[in-house]
Amino acid sequence: MRGEQRLREVGIVGVGHPPFGKYEGSLMDMLCEAAVEALDDAGVKTGAGHGVDQVLVSTMGGSQVNRQTGVASALVDSLNLRPAMAETVENGPASGASAVKLGYMAIASGMCDVVLVVGGERMRVLSGWEATDFVATMLHPEAEYAYGLTLPSFAGMFTRLIMAKYGVTERDLAMVSVKNHENAMFNPSAHIQLVPNLEAITEDEDALTINPYVAEPLHLYDTCPVSDGAAAVVLCALDVRERFARRPIKIAGIGQATDTHVVAEREVPTDLLAVRLAAKRAYAMAGLEPQDIDVAELHDAFTILEVVESEEVGFFPRGEGHLAVRRGETRIGGRIPINTSGGLKAKGHPLGATGVSQIIELVKQLRGEAHGRQVKGAKAGLAVNFGGFGNNVVATILAGEEE
Amino acid sequence: MAVLDKMEAQLRPVETPMVPYPAKYITQASGEKLVVHQLSRDDVPHLLKAIQPLTTVEKDFYDVVACRVVSELVGWLRYRVKDEYCLLGTVNGEIVGMVNGRMLTEKIGMSYHTLAIRQGLRLGAQLFAAKMEYHMDFLKQDEVWVVAESPNGFKRWMIEYELEPRFEQWHELGGVPTYVLTRKLWEKHKAAKCGGRRPVPEELMAVAKQMILPSTYGQIPGYRREA
Repeated sequence: MRGEQRLREVGIVGVGHPPFGKYEGSLMDMLCEAAVEALDDAGVKTGAGHGVDQVLVSTMGGSQVNRQTGVASALVDSLNLRPAMAETVENGPASGASAVKLGYMAIASGMCDVVLVVGGERMRVLSGWEATDFVATMLHPEAEYAYGLTLPSFAGMFTRLIMAKYGVTERDLAMVSVKNHENAMFNPSAHIQLVPNLEAITEDEDALTINPYVAEPLHLYDTCPVSDGAAAVVLCALDVRERFARRPIKIAGIGQATDTHVVAEREVPTDLLAVRLAAKRAYAMAGLEPQDIDVAELHDAFTILEVVESEEVGFFPRGEGHLAVRRGETRIGGRIPINTSGGLKAKGHPLGATGVSQIIELVKQLRGEAHGRQVKGAKAGLAVNFGGFGNNVVATILAGEEE
Repeated sequence: MAVLDKMEAQLRPVETPMVPYPAKYITQASGEKLVVHQLSRDDVPHLLKAIQPLTTVEKDFYDVVACRVVSELVGWLRYRVKDEYCLLGTVNGEIVGMVNGRMLTEKIGMSYHTLAIRQGLRLGAQLFAAKMEYHMDFLKQDEVWVVAESPNGFKRWMIEYELEPRFEQWHELGGVPTYVLTRKLWEKHKAAKCGGRRPVPEELMAVAKQMILPSTYGQIPGYRREA
């Protein structure tokens, strides 16, 4: 980092992750549940002397889908955390990691000691088609959205190019899906608690009925579900860690990068340059290399993204991510377990919550609290939160501190 | 025959012969086989035991659908509904869902309900497809009138099948707007929506006919059926 003054170190001392899926209450109820769980985990009491300096809420559709603006201000009051500062953060599906980044900056700069970050989205009020349309509003309005392009359609086209270039098959992608669904079975917060059978969804005579194309060559089981959900973390300066009930997990590195808004303007359409650069910056800040990472949460809104992101962050050479999937290297127990939480594919993808949720999975892994999906001896984790079709990406590295 | 029995007999509808629905099985994403087969009147009392627990579940309008299904099935059992049928879905012999309906006329089908007991595998969608298959491919009807009583149903039938709105047409389930599956729409969507193979292997069919009552319901946390 530039500058003469040393930044304060920041850690995560509380996490809250109610189950993703279908939520019957309001957006605010959902955010409050996650926040209270995180505050409880950290041992923070609301009301007088709560000590929370700043609340950040990440949501992409709070205003558009749930017709609520000023969400962070409302949350502070609902939680009796006045007079904490409050802002709502919107950065598409990368809103969650962006909010954590801003919370990190607020503490590292010395402006705050404690920041509560809550991400949430209540999307199941929409039909699948409406949700797809809502998410597509982040595309370029004239060059993309106006022509009916959506995120699944981009993912479909991207997959075709990757398949032609590197030999990725539909079965490879189904293997990613099955792996993530298997992991989700050990995550009580995951939306989908069901493991698809690889043969049934790829080879069986009924495969196209039960696993239809959504955006060919991507099938239903290659795409994330539409989920409601909220997730929250409590960040603190490591120099005030004694205030909290839990040992902090350090935020070791954060990197963010952008790419062209119009996907067609990219020089190499199969590259995800913002992923590559965001990860590079995060590694540099953390003083780590890809081989130092023990566990990763990669933004698999579509299975193809997990494969390509695993290459762009340096886990595998370009064009070989699918070969690693075939070899089982990304499974729990493999060389680099990816999406132990179930990923967006099985855990769910409530947009504003996703980046926070990914970071929570890393916290659980580094605390050794991931139960059936625990990666043994995990000391460093990487999360990649992917906004737009890769035009705004945040990479976060967490590191467990030595006792 | 007693006078009352004679009067009761006169209340019974004159039934139209209906070709039976040939059982089929569909591989699920879980790898399990969903067997769809037609029930007889005699099966109704047993099926009611599977449905009754859902009559108080407000979420996703299960209460409305389950109550109406109970009423429709009792009506069929007690000879008060004309030309009704019921198709049952089982997985490993356990009842996972059902669909029912009736022939309004020789050419028009009246879809009643689709009730998915097990959730998460889109079983309801496959059972609904089986019901439409019965009307269009086996009863050889021209169209089926359909209503939805939950948003889930609306998404799966009205939107996914692009059903033709015909709000001026009265449906037997009451005030919910009527939509119609025409033969043209069926031909358009059948390949993508309607899976399955026939005949069902004997062993698989024997298991399906066990019609095991669900011991738990995802819709009713904590429910456990007493032995």
